Amino acid sequence: MPGVYVLAEHDRGVTDPATHEAFTAASALAANLGESVVAVCVGSFDSDFEIACSQYGISEGIILKSPLITDYGPEIWGQAVADLLKLCDPRVIVAVGTDKGNEVLAQASARSDMPFVANCVEVEHKADWAITRTQWGGSLLEDVTVSGDFLFLSYAHHAVEPVPSATPSEVTLQLLEVEVDSALTRTLVKERTSLTEGATLSTASVVISGGRGVGSADAFAPLEELAELLSGKVGCSRAVTNNGWRSHADQVGQTGTRIAPEIYIACGISGAIQHWVGAMASKNILAINTDPEANMVTKAGYAVIADLHEVVPAVIDEIKRRRGTT
Amino acid sequence: MRILVCVKRVPAPGSRINVTEDGLSVDTAHLGFTTSPHEECALEEAAQLIEEHGGSVCVLTVGPAEAEEQLRYAASVGGTDFSLVLNDTGQDWDPQQTAASIGEAVHQLEAETGIFDLILFGNESADAGGYQVGVRVAVALNRPIVNGIKGIEVEGESLAASREVDGGIEVYSLPTPAVLGIKEGINLPRYPTMKGRLASKKAEIQTTETKVPAGAQRLVRLHRPEETVTETEVLGDGPEAATKIVDLLDELGVL
Repeated sequence: MPGVYVLAEHDRGVTDPATHEAFTAASALAANLGESVVAVCVGSFDSDFEIACSQYGISEGIILKSPLITDYGPEIWGQAVADLLKLCDPRVIVAVGTDKGNEVLAQASARSDMPFVANCVEVEHKADWAITRTQWGGSLLEDVTVSGDFLFLSYAHHAVEPVPSATPSEVTLQLLEVEVDSALTRTLVKERTSLTEGATLSTASVVISGGRGVGSADAFAPLEELAELLSGKVGCSRAVTNNGWRSHADQVGQTGTRIAPEIYIACGISGAIQHWVGAMASKNILAINTDPEANMVTKAGYAVIADLHEVVPAVIDEIKRRRGTT
Repeated sequence: MRILVCVKRVPAPGSRINVTEDGLSVDTAHLGFTTSPHEECALEEAAQLIEEHGGSVCVLTVGPAEAEEQLRYAASVGGTDFSLVLNDTGQDWDPQQTAASIGEAVHQLEAETGIFDLILFGNESADAGGYQVGVRVAVALNRPIVNGIKGIEVEGESLAASREVDGGIEVYSLPTPAVLGIKEGINLPRYPTMKGRLASKKAEIQTTETKVPAGAQRLVRLHRPEETVTETEVLGDGPEAATKIVDLLDELGVL
């Protein structure tokens, strides 16, 4: 069956919400190419895959099944996806450019010796593929052409707004047995530890970050308190992790976490490119900074030109006052 | 332990990246160059691993002759051997070409000096960010690879490698020889010492030339994303702005 094949990202059957971006982008690409969309799930798990397909108006689903696929494993997933080229007739295989999405497509493309273009924002097919993709974490765009009929591509995460279908579709699921090399079970997840319950930096609706301007590890205490009041998370800039003030897990940026909260409060952060690309998907940005010319301030929708050490405690007091908890 | 670390020379931009007039490269007239951040951490991790377990750290880069600067830097922070695969075309090779050139270099190096127990890549380069070169090299060598690694423990003949995922940590166990894609945060890279700086001057760099296959992906032009000019609403210039900030939080429904 020809078509635009789109990979559903899931953790042991639970669909990652980023998949909805891939489904939306794949449907648009398929309409453009005059093809149908086929959603692909790797591994036969007790899964919400069918529901996700239906919500996004996708009527064809394929489950790539093998007794060896017992969990996530980049090599075995990549091999299974590469097998689609032998089993079906995909025009293109797409995913969302999350860490796992890119990892699986890199594996699949390497195993089938086909091109892979990561983090695309626009895709057309004329004589060749004409693609616009992101560089520098999204600070720069690159127009490329790719020769050949088939390719793998991922859509830049957060670049597509998921749009569920107005009418849910009837989904026809097909189970396809894939023959994967048992040696590739060597990279299945061996164990997991759960760190946090509830929202994480990448899913929180409020993120409060501190930069060099915070001054020390201890001076993050008011930011922590404010985050707790707003059920948000504390983030930081690269300068902060480089100074050893906070763990790298808290770093917002190109080499840290990409966030997309309802509001991002950036305290004492100048807004270098490295940081900005991790924060730019935020719906609203409030910059608190003494420098009115700071990049973060000029790019933010809201700003307070003042010392964060005075403003943050004042905000905490005001919230407590309104809640009557002072 | 014999470790190979693959690094890339990239420009070090501040708050804005400009493109040359022909649209084919980043305007580096006023920029310095550095090692791509994930790879700097990969190099540090390799240096720490051989400090603990003994061995050597070969550092390899694909790039212009000027990439010697990044190899010399590597020599100042723990690298022991250095290899430059010359690309003097003035443009990056595409990911498949880059992987092919590295694969060939690895074959040569291993034929001369023995198998690398571990090959480290950065998770992705800071500039092009193709997210695939390390994987392509690993698949060509038929060695296991996992990306996004922020922790490595040596356990006999295998490696426990861990990475952060949303809300937790995944641990993988890879038999050696293995390949890992490293993410920043696995460590804090050291600064060069005086002894290191001296070592970097004396470091011997082996330069090789290679023929790469024709690439499928061709750069047409680089351009900056359309800038949405943001009208910044200034809520105040002191702690009294707190009222307006809380109003805003209320409006957004996060209070």
